Amino acid sequence: MDIIVCIRRAPTTDARIKPGSDGKTYDPAGVNYDISEYDKFAIEAAIQLKEKHSGQVTIISMGPSAATKEIRTAIAMGCDAAHLLVDDAQHDSWSTAQVLAAKIKELPHDIVLFGWNSVDNQSSATGQMVAELLDLPSVSVAVSLEVEDGKAKVERLAAGGNRERYDITLPAVITCQKGLNKPRSANMKGIMMAKKTAVPETPANAPEDGVAVAGMTPPPPRPEGKIVGKGAEAVGDLVKLLREEAKVI
Amino acid sequence: MSNDVLVFVEFAEGKATKAGLQALGAAHTLAGQLGGSAIALAIGDGLEGEAGNLGKAGAGKVLLAGGDAVANYSPDGYASILAQQAEATGAAAVLASATPMGKDFVARAAAKAKCGLASDCTELKVEGGKAQAVRPVYAGKALVTVSAPGTLWATLRPNVFAEASSDNATTPEAVTVSFGPGDLKAVVAEIVAGVKGKLDVAEAEIVVSGGRGLKDPAGEGKQNWENLQALAEVLGAATGASRAVVDAGWRPHGEQVGQTGKTVSPKLYIACAISGAIQHLAGMSGSKVIVAINKDENAPIFKVADYGIVGMVEDVVPALTSALKEALG
Ligand SMILES: Cc1cc2nc3c(=O)[nH]c(=O)nc-3n(C[C@H](O)[C@H](O)[C@H](O)COP(=O)(O)OP(=O)(O)OC[C@H]3O[C@@H](n4cnc5c(N)ncnc54)[C@H](O)[C@@H]3O)c2cc1C
Ligand SMILES: Nc1ncnc2c1ncn2[C@@H]1O[C@H](COP(=O)(O)O)[C@@H](O)[C@H]1O
Repeated sequence: MDIIVCIRRAPTTDARIKPGSDGKTYDPAGVNYDISEYDKFAIEAAIQLKEKHSGQVTIISMGPSAATKEIRTAIAMGCDAAHLLVDDAQHDSWSTAQVLAAKIKELPHDIVLFGWNSVDNQSSATGQMVAELLDLPSVSVAVSLEVEDGKAKVERLAAGGNRERYDITLPAVITCQKGLNKPRSANMKGIMMAKKTAVPETPANAPEDGVAVAGMTPPPPRPEGKIVGKGAEAVGDLVKLLREEAKVI
Repeated sequence: MSNDVLVFVEFAEGKATKAGLQALGAAHTLAGQLGGSAIALAIGDGLEGEAGNLGKAGAGKVLLAGGDAVANYSPDGYASILAQQAEATGAAAVLASATPMGKDFVARAAAKAKCGLASDCTELKVEGGKAQAVRPVYAGKALVTVSAPGTLWATLRPNVFAEASSDNATTPEAVTVSFGPGDLKAVVAEIVAGVKGKLDVAEAEIVVSGGRGLKDPAGEGKQNWENLQALAEVLGAATGASRAVVDAGWRPHGEQVGQTGKTVSPKLYIACAISGAIQHLAGMSGSKVIVAINKDENAPIFKVADYGIVGMVEDVVPALTSALKEALG
């Protein structure tokens, strides 16, 4: 089975983000990076499929050369090959999807896995856009995935905790959510292997963004809060404030 | 391009959802600013009788797509219909709700239309005659304003935009669905583990969330979680949870609030025994009013809380439930 996983290098979730001097992108000072959280579920799903059906897992990432670090982490977990499409700028999901789709087209693929949402750009769009560009079925926010005989049974998380089941024919695009599996950590052998695996870099030639950022601002500060009181005696005052001051109940 | 705004209005069990009516309200306002009207698109059978209600909620025109091909939800099927209507109406903006359904198919539809997508927006405005959208990124640590060279495609965060009311009299117009059920790539085969009608934490107006301080529901925390449920019930609230609680297997991950869970923006968020880690704050600091109950007066959650009570959840939560029962009669 040929399995492709698209992973994104993103600021860690504890990063402090503030607008940079261009007023459009964040100030990278002091920001650390990691594989975007949900992409780890996609990597784990890919490795489990390989273990069950044999085959090869290929990572594709668009980002700066520094993303080699995140790619090597994925290889150390158990992926086999990688392609880094180099671009130093931030792009929207439409531009990114076009770059990824063009690369995927060149490679054999039975299943293409994504995170359901990136922790930085948060579009939850890239996977579905790639599916559309490649004319493939897509199921997003997958929490269960079984593959047999060129078909996949996928469950996705819908509204109110409902799960919708889809039976689709491969090749297909699946975006992965927490709950699908428990991502493994890399072992020593994997880390050694990752050091030896080549990560070819080619220019991404990203097309123009579909939605362009005109400006970035910090969120409006929340007004100073107050401690209503201590213990159960304070609930009367709280209810009064919620009714009369905040008017939310 | 026209000055009209096309909006997909989500339906569930034959009724427009609240998020769908909010998106229609946003479309009505934006269309007003652009000098056009809101065109509502509903997909599903037997919705003709609802068209009048969409007119009252701001639609200047109602398009209905029905038939076998849409008997069950399909991301590629719904995307085809929306992309087709975007082209047919020449709308300046295409809107939908950022619900599990909207997040699933609208990106496909935008790609069909060769457009980008502004996801999960919290504000729409008009600048130099063109629609712009504001959306939180980095889990709300920053806001970006975005614009598109052509049609602006955007999904809207539930509970942020107000419903509209208008006296538009609308007659539904059926649109042709250009594909059959056999052409679809992925169709819902079954609703598996469904708790029908359960309020999604991301769409609820009031959310009551529990953290690690509530302790193991299978052990000494049993009463605490029952108390939390009772509080949620008296408020008609959905329940949420911190990641610590979800990782411990105490609550399902669909309830996790935070940077790697759901982003919520209810009018009232009550955090019980949650410390307020940066990843948790990222998911809930867009709430209108935040209440925190925590035994530690230095817990970071109090920095974002409008109202805090320093105390034990064991005492405060049941007392609050009783006080609310009395107040809400
Ligand atoms: C990559 C990554 C992503 C993450 N994403 C998320 C996310 O999406 N959402 C999320 O929530 N977290 C997320 N986290 C985890 C986050 O950093 C915190 O660990 C988590 O939010 C803590 O949960 P908590 O507040 O329930 O537990 P704790 O931090 O343990 O806090 C428990 C609180 O309860 C109080 N308490 C204890 N007993 C009582 C009592 N009897 N009465 C009253 N108060 C009491 C304590 O004072 C304390 O403040 C993420 C972390 C990482 C690394
Ligand atoms: N630059 C990128 N390179 C590779 N994959 C990406 C990139 N950006 C986004 N993705 C994939 O698309 C998913 C959804 O991203 P988004 O649409 O930004 O929420 C991510 O979880 C990744 O799997």
